[in-house]
Amino acid sequence: MARIEVLKTYKIYIGGAFPRTESGRYYPLNNKAGKLIANICLSSRKDFRNAVVAARGAFVGWSSRAAFNRAQILYRIAEMLETRKAQFIEELMQQGSTAKVAESEVNLAADRLVYYAGWCDKYQALFGSINPVATSHFNFSVPEPTGVVSVLAAQDTSLISLVNAIAPVIAGGNTCVVLGSESKPLCAVTFAEVLNSSDVPGGVVNILTGKVSELHTHFANHMDVNATIYYGDDAEVIKTIQELATLNVKRVFIHNKGNGSASDAQSPYHILDTQEIKTTWHPIENIGASGAKY
Amino acid sequence: MSKTLIIPDFTKTATIDQVGVEERCARFTSRSIKKDTKLHGLKMVLSMIDLTTLEGKDTEGKVKQMCYKATHLHDVLPGLPTAAAVCVYPSMVKIAKEALKNSNVKVASVATAFPSGQSTREIKILDTKFAVDNGADEIDMVISRGEFLKGNFNFVFDEIAAVKEACGKARLKVIFETGELSTLDNVRKASEIAIYAGADFIKTSTGKISPAATMPVTLVMLEAIRDYYYKTGIMIGMKPAGGISTAKSALHYLVMVKETLGMAWLSNEWFRFGASSLANDVLMQLMKEATGVYQSSDYFSKD
Repeated sequence: MARIEVLKTYKIYIGGAFPRTESGRYYPLNNKAGKLIANICLSSRKDFRNAVVAARGAFVGWSSRAAFNRAQILYRIAEMLETRKAQFIEELMQQGSTAKVAESEVNLAADRLVYYAGWCDKYQALFGSINPVATSHFNFSVPEPTGVVSVLAAQDTSLISLVNAIAPVIAGGNTCVVLGSESKPLCAVTFAEVLNSSDVPGGVVNILTGKVSELHTHFANHMDVNATIYYGDDAEVIKTIQELATLNVKRVFIHNKGNGSASDAQSPYHILDTQEIKTTWHPIENIGASGAKY
Repeated sequence: MSKTLIIPDFTKTATIDQVGVEERCARFTSRSIKKDTKLHGLKMVLSMIDLTTLEGKDTEGKVKQMCYKATHLHDVLPGLPTAAAVCVYPSMVKIAKEALKNSNVKVASVATAFPSGQSTREIKILDTKFAVDNGADEIDMVISRGEFLKGNFNFVFDEIAAVKEACGKARLKVIFETGELSTLDNVRKASEIAIYAGADFIKTSTGKISPAATMPVTLVMLEAIRDYYYKTGIMIGMKPAGGISTAKSALHYLVMVKETLGMAWLSNEWFRFGASSLANDVLMQLMKEATGVYQSSDYFSKD
């Protein structure tokens, strides 16, 4: 007897749960041959609003984790992604990749997570500084996470674009809301399942699927979002984001080259993007004068 | 000329169909309230809020700050109402009264060994009188839940009646702490006892016990008010308190009041929200409507 197929429902990821979009809208995703693969949630501005609430709620807990613990969790994401390798490769191929390209994309995604896991407890030493000052103060600057970050991931890839968008942001102790690729959304949802089983607290990463054209204004104008990152080239979108971000003086970062495998795609400076530098003046006895007093 | 009110037998109050109540409540949350209606509703919610601070760490400064907030909810947005009242401990009534002397905002004081109510009647009466003498316009008392659960309904009735007498002109709100009454049948019973004993308002919770106000509990209390109104023509007020922190749920409560009691109750004379964080969420929604942009709590005063 023929078995009835059990098809997966691709849903969005908000606050550690997998709801459908509150709007009830969806769009069909076809493979190259024009056959329907899945119906994908067409997220609305209210989904984004709910995701920001979840991200804000998760921020205090995540940013106060020990840096080393964040490193462990990022590494854990890489581990879980590795165990699902076959599934990711299959989804990438459904979305038009060849087997070889698909495999190298999944490998690169896992490697990139390991790369940022390594940086979690090291970028502070790189970007922080002890500053020479003329008065009797011990003066030092340290990077601190900026808060909730909204990210419009690159559209041309499914998995690596998402990892590029998420890893440096959460490595730095921020929480985020990410919009996956519209035309290649399968891995976004499956990656959310990986996050969900990797000790990443609910709300730290929230993943939506849908249209950049519908959502970019909300990603840029929400008053409770502290930074917006856009991976793409659309001049109109860039202009709108930059204008709307002025409302609450968000940090805006535009990555024009959407190519996730470019060699400069991984860098500790991507972590620095969503950090604020805090400087402390600590009064002490005479520093720098000759002769130790102890 | 008033007719004599016959006190019913409280051991035989109506029983509540819990499933029915829950289904009815679910219907209240499905009304679509948008645009102008929503704006109007949200402003109404603001005007019904009893801004509350009931903590051991309360200071004069905190109370003064909250009183200022009650009269200046969000000055950036013109045309907002003030809160209905501030709700404080008896020791803070004088300060609140002074801070609000040039406004219409009422001062409500909890009394009767709030929140547990575990004290003698003498002390509870003194507590009430102290608050009233200091200028409280409204008294929020707690019932003795232990006596109620023992079945000692007369004790509870007499206590409410005694406190009502001590209130003088101040309006009396009676808190049941429904989270400790365990069944909706008990909530209905407590409502009837309080109403017949002289309560001007009935109130769900102290805010110190979870669950606090829920929609089913509030519906049961509203129905007790409605039945009493049908019988006597006397209106009783309702105050759900604790746990209502979003503008959306507040609108659901307004729908419930409207559909259970009618328009007459939709004013802060007959309906209140006891809440500390609700006001800011409503303000954020109003600012969202005014600016078209989702808001952040960073830009709203905390107290």
